[in-house]
Amino acid sequence: MLEIRWHSRAGQGAVTGAKGLADVISTTGKHVQAFAFYGSAKRGAAMTAYNRVDDKVIMNHEKYMRPDYVFVIDPALVFTSDVTINHKDNTKYIITTHLTTEELLKAQPKLEGKEVYTVDCITIANETIGRPIPNTPMLGAFMKISGMYDIEFFKESMQRILGKLPQKIIDANMFAIQRAYDEVK
Amino acid sequence: MAFDKMELRDIEVWDGNFAAAQAMRQCQIDVVAAYPITPSTPIVEGYAQFLADGYVEGEFVMVESEHAAMSGCIGAAAAGGRVATATSSQGFALMVETLYQASGMRLPIVLNVVNRALAAPLNVNGDHSDMYLGRDSGWIQLDAYCPQDAYDLNFIAFKVSEDHEVRLPCMVHQDGFMTSHTAQGVHTLDDDTAYGFVGDYKPMNDMLDFEHPVTHGVQTEEDWHFEHKARQHNDLMTKVMPKIQAAFDGFEKLSGRKYNIVEKYDMDDADVCVVCMGTSVETAREVATEMRKEGIKAGVVGIRVIRPFPFFQIAEALKDVKAIATLDRSSPNGAPGMLFNEIAGSLYNTPNRALLSGYVYGLGGRDLTKAHLVSLFKELQVNVDAGKVTTQLQQFIGVRGPKLAYL
Repeated sequence: MLEIRWHSRAGQGAVTGAKGLADVISTTGKHVQAFAFYGSAKRGAAMTAYNRVDDKVIMNHEKYMRPDYVFVIDPALVFTSDVTINHKDNTKYIITTHLTTEELLKAQPKLEGKEVYTVDCITIANETIGRPIPNTPMLGAFMKISGMYDIEFFKESMQRILGKLPQKIIDANMFAIQRAYDEVK
Repeated sequence: MAFDKMELRDIEVWDGNFAAAQAMRQCQIDVVAAYPITPSTPIVEGYAQFLADGYVEGEFVMVESEHAAMSGCIGAAAAGGRVATATSSQGFALMVETLYQASGMRLPIVLNVVNRALAAPLNVNGDHSDMYLGRDSGWIQLDAYCPQDAYDLNFIAFKVSEDHEVRLPCMVHQDGFMTSHTAQGVHTLDDDTAYGFVGDYKPMNDMLDFEHPVTHGVQTEEDWHFEHKARQHNDLMTKVMPKIQAAFDGFEKLSGRKYNIVEKYDMDDADVCVVCMGTSVETAREVATEMRKEGIKAGVVGIRVIRPFPFFQIAEALKDVKAIATLDRSSPNGAPGMLFNEIAGSLYNTPNRALLSGYVYGLGGRDLTKAHLVSLFKELQVNVDAGKVTTQLQQFIGVRGPKLAYL
């Protein structure tokens, strides 16, 4: 079982990102689950979304999770939420920030000693898609860190999932995914 | 046909809401009258989108409340159309008056109920309070445990509800957020196969058949009211279960997916078991399997058909077990709990007087964790070893503060 927790603000596309990732993984024969905690969420409110991936049918519906990966797609949440909650010794963190990994570890000592990768998904999204929607770049970074799929296969799959959007937006998302893949450290 | 077909992949990653909306599209519903409420809104939104995009030939009626939504459905069903809608929680509560009208008028309407807590305090998350509120309303109630079930049970619902020997409305329940907003792989049917299973809608006593005028929604005082209600109850008690079983059998032939009126998991040799509904059934199955590695023979019984209540099937499923926990996800507010009472009733006149204890859990979406279920199975094993219920009969799982236990 692979488990992922997303930290996001409502409106940044974590739910869409989690569902998109689940969709891609499902086409490779694995079983998936994607869900989120909403409450009566307002745009901008901190929220979490989740992915489960397994070779067997996923029957566990508990919300409690000890994630293998934590994605933080809003730079401030690493300071205002506990992104390390329910962590495991080998939990990997991919965090959106304009800081370098070293600067981030200094700024947030809770991350000290943990496997942390950084990538500026907000800037990437702004410069490619033209809006600060950091969900698809985060998935590009995840492909790099996890080595889950070949990036070209992943981009092809995402083109299908984004299929209803205008071609310009789809192309911009592909650039964003590739840039995050290349830039995550 | 005047509408487009949709190409679906064999497995789509859908949440429970979208799965239900797709099933409604494939059933080609004539009229949906709906009012939005979290978390069920995406079902009727999805249907409206399919309609606007030309995938359905039907009518979407926007109304001013859930009371009006069900009233619109009643009118459309009486007129002779295939009708469905969706709601949750406060919206369901507002519908209650019209729910009794729908069933009393013997109108086959399908209502997707995305289970959510009832205020006060206001809460949008999943529990079974609204589902429990509907259980004396004369509707058939089916329960989904995951998005796949939410898809499949919609077809079952139309098939059973519209049968001329049944003609009773049917609710398809799914857990708010835990199913409705959780995307999982859903095995699909192609449009023709799905529609072929439910078939063309055949109206009965429809108001728009001017050759055979009929009256709907009449008044009957003490001269006839009781006979109508008794007949409705009789049909629920005698006619519905065989039709549900036949629909399950037909659906299994079509899809390979087998549903049962009462779902039994690892029950053949179980010493201890939980009886529950919704997503909890699946989580409990996973934990039961893990408990067996620790030497506790655990099983799970899931209620698939809530109304009519599967009295004999429950007794059969529980005939050899030694300790049973009933899990109610609705505050009984001064009683032992619906499942506790119903299971006790089912077993009282049987030789097996298993140790029965009730648990209230998960109100307002509070998480039911695997750890909770591990403790629960262990507690049941302690009861078996002691030969008696070692706790009070009613306990709460997962609530903060001092431990609550009663009876």
